Amino acid sequence: MNKFLSDLRAGEKGIVKKVMGNSLIKRRIVDMGVVSGSVVEVQKFAPLGDPMEVKIKGFNLSLRKAEAEMIEIEIIL
Amino acid sequence: MMRKKEVIVALVGNPNAGKTTIFNNITGGRQHVGNYPGVTVEKKEGFKKFKNNDFCLVDLPGTYSLTAYSLEEIVTRNFIVNDKPDVVIDIVDTSNLERNLYLTVQLLELGHPLILALNMVDVAESTGLKINDAKLAEGLGGIPVVRTVGARKEGMDTLLDIAAKVSSSQQVVSFKLDYGGDVEAAVTKVEPLLISLHTDLNFSQRWLALKLLGNDANIIESVGKLSNGDHIIAAVNEIRLALNNKLGEDVELFIAGQRYKHVGKIYEYAVNTGALSSITMSDKIDRILTNRMFGLPIFFALMWMVFNLVFTVGNIPADWIDEGFSMLSKYLDTVISDGPLKSLLVDGVVGGVGSVLVFIPNILLLFLAIAILEDTGYMARAAFIMDRIMKRFGLHGKSFIPLLLGFGCSATAMMGTRTLENPRDRIITMLVTPLMSCSAKLPVYTILIAAFFDEKIAGNVLFSIYFLGIILSMIVAWIFRSTFFKGESEPFVMELPPYRMPTAKSVLIHMWERSTLYLKKAGTIILAASILMWFLTTYPKEIEYSKDYDALVAQAEEAYTQQVSEDVLSKLEIENIDQNEELAALIDIIQKEEENFAAETKDLDEDSSEYAKLEEEKTEKNQQLEAQNGSIYSYAAKYVELTQKIENEKDTIKNQKSGEELEKSYAGQFGKAIEPAIAPLGFDWRIGISLVSGVTAKEVVISTMGTIYSIGDGNENSHGLAKALKSDEQMNPLVAYALMVFVLIYSPCLAALAVMRRETGSWKWPAVSMVYLTTLAWVVTFIVYQGGRLLGFGS
Repeated sequence: MNKFLSDLRAGEKGIVKKVMGNSLIKRRIVDMGVVSGSVVEVQKFAPLGDPMEVKIKGFNLSLRKAEAEMIEIEIIL
Repeated sequence: MMRKKEVIVALVGNPNAGKTTIFNNITGGRQHVGNYPGVTVEKKEGFKKFKNNDFCLVDLPGTYSLTAYSLEEIVTRNFIVNDKPDVVIDIVDTSNLERNLYLTVQLLELGHPLILALNMVDVAESTGLKINDAKLAEGLGGIPVVRTVGARKEGMDTLLDIAAKVSSSQQVVSFKLDYGGDVEAAVTKVEPLLISLHTDLNFSQRWLALKLLGNDANIIESVGKLSNGDHIIAAVNEIRLALNNKLGEDVELFIAGQRYKHVGKIYEYAVNTGALSSITMSDKIDRILTNRMFGLPIFFALMWMVFNLVFTVGNIPADWIDEGFSMLSKYLDTVISDGPLKSLLVDGVVGGVGSVLVFIPNILLLFLAIAILEDTGYMARAAFIMDRIMKRFGLHGKSFIPLLLGFGCSATAMMGTRTLENPRDRIITMLVTPLMSCSAKLPVYTILIAAFFDEKIAGNVLFSIYFLGIILSMIVAWIFRSTFFKGESEPFVMELPPYRMPTAKSVLIHMWERSTLYLKKAGTIILAASILMWFLTTYPKEIEYSKDYDALVAQAEEAYTQQVSEDVLSKLEIENIDQNEELAALIDIIQKEEENFAAETKDLDEDSSEYAKLEEEKTEKNQQLEAQNGSIYSYAAKYVELTQKIENEKDTIKNQKSGEELEKSYAGQFGKAIEPAIAPLGFDWRIGISLVSGVTAKEVVISTMGTIYSIGDGNENSHGLAKALKSDEQMNPLVAYALMVFVLIYSPCLAALAVMRRETGSWKWPAVSMVYLTTLAWVVTFIVYQGGRLLGFGS
């Protein structure tokens, strides 16, 4: 089964396989470095549960869970 | 040596890369802030003389990429291509080099002379990063690489030296990224199409071909406008479709992916990441500040501090300014002779300038607070914390701060929307901000509640008004979002920049810039509008009075003189007070005491215990005086009493006169004209005038009511107004509540409208705001008033 960034819990890591979704959000996600092959690590979730914070290419990025659902990943340990 | 022409340097970089700090370092105070033609993106220019060159630096908006994703990106790339700066400096955050290089590569593709500034290199290397500048330059087509530390002003001179060198050498950058067989084949197909067209676009053919293949809306539009453009677009569309199928994904995303891959290679080649610890100091701070448990309490505590800094602290100097201007009015009142000029100066100009300047302390502090929140990196976290709630109403996490500031002052809050990047979010936030009940509306509520509601429920009544405003703002935001501002919502894909210590200089410059902008733009509009309102409430001058007020005054004075001579002078067998020194001295003492008492009790309720205490003290003192001075005391007291009475009578007549003048002024005529429209809300023409003049500033509702109900200036005598309202047969608790609801919702004040005009760049949005809020106010008030009557509250 395909896994998405939104499925990860705090502290888990994955490699980006594919970015889906509509062009606006997709382009923004890609511009911020979320491209296939990048490693993402979930840092934490906001106090109210959404959005989430991930670390990618050495910086911290926040995105809503709905946006993270468009990022297909492969979990790494 | 001959002076060369001005060297134009464009500063480009990711947000949070320290671009503005470097800009401020180099240009110091010599800068100019404006807008790019037609858009609200700010254009900042600064000047610097260095060695033999005059530099003009342009601080372009912070961007991550050069697609047509946002206005900032389009502005940046159009400036570089059309204005042809002599040299572009790309400022990168060295700790975050890989992502920053993504923009660098795109700048290289534009083919302009470029310098890379490795900013904050000290921080980066302290974490164990080792950068080989030569290898980095090699990977980037041989451009100069300069190390800088913006916060310590290191590398600034080198930057300027190299900029001068690069600009005079006219070197052409040739940097070509290989996007792989499929894309390159498509580019070779598109390029010949572009030669056939006499292109006015300054971009290179390869660049245009890549953008057209990548479906860049802005470029497609530009090409489409050229002759034969339609055919080219159609041809390119076909090629793109074929390429899409071949790649199995969107061409633009494929290109972006390839670019990042290339950047990754350069990064690996030039940078030794060494034993890079993955948990930074910033991450540790963040674990506390956005903690699941403490994140929200810390956030609210910080917001509470900001709010208090801006309004509680800010109102202290604001009050001084206010007092200064009323002293100035009083002074002018005494030195200029009566007439239209005096009235214009005192009420129009001084009042208008005062109402502009009175905001300055709040605005300075607001921008100080925002600058600190932004420069430390907390602003992004605030949005991160609040987004979940704001998203429900179609707003962005960043909308929370402006809305909160709305409880202080809508005009100030609207300036706070600058932190929102998406114009749609900004406009919706500005449209709903006035529903956050601002502090100028509070005096209106206070007086109405004091007059018509029991002290026990006063708090609940007040709360219900504030609560109504919040609920309405959410509903309205949601409606706007799902009707006029439909479409994709702004993604929350946002960088959470590392926490940093802000530099005093950049915070202060930021604060100063914003405040002067306010003064220049909003200030002039507010001033003009204040003068217009003065005119409408003062003219026409030649009116027929219903009574001869001058005769009334003369009559009252005559009665007074007679009374004094009967009760005081004749009893002591003197012609005037000064003939009896003892009496004159005693009168002075009693008068002073009365004045003190009046000053001390100005803000007190007559039923309060403090008032009773002060009154008791006064009586005690008087008894002492009586004991000391014997019978002469009673004459002195009588004289003071009579004098007070005549002063009050004269005031009442004067107020009746100005009440009638206001009634017959243009504003008054307007109030009467709209009476049929507001009658269903339970309002008469007097409330109508007050509401109309309240558009200048909400607290004016009260002072106008004061004049109209003939009890004098409402600000100084609010208890008087409460009493006058209570005894008015037109008024009852239901009308009072309806009036509070209307004041809560209706048209924003002039200052807020002026700021909105300035922030959105057109009169359209202030007009929309005025019309929709006034309509909404009418509808909601109608429901409240008529519903209340049906339930039997209207008597």
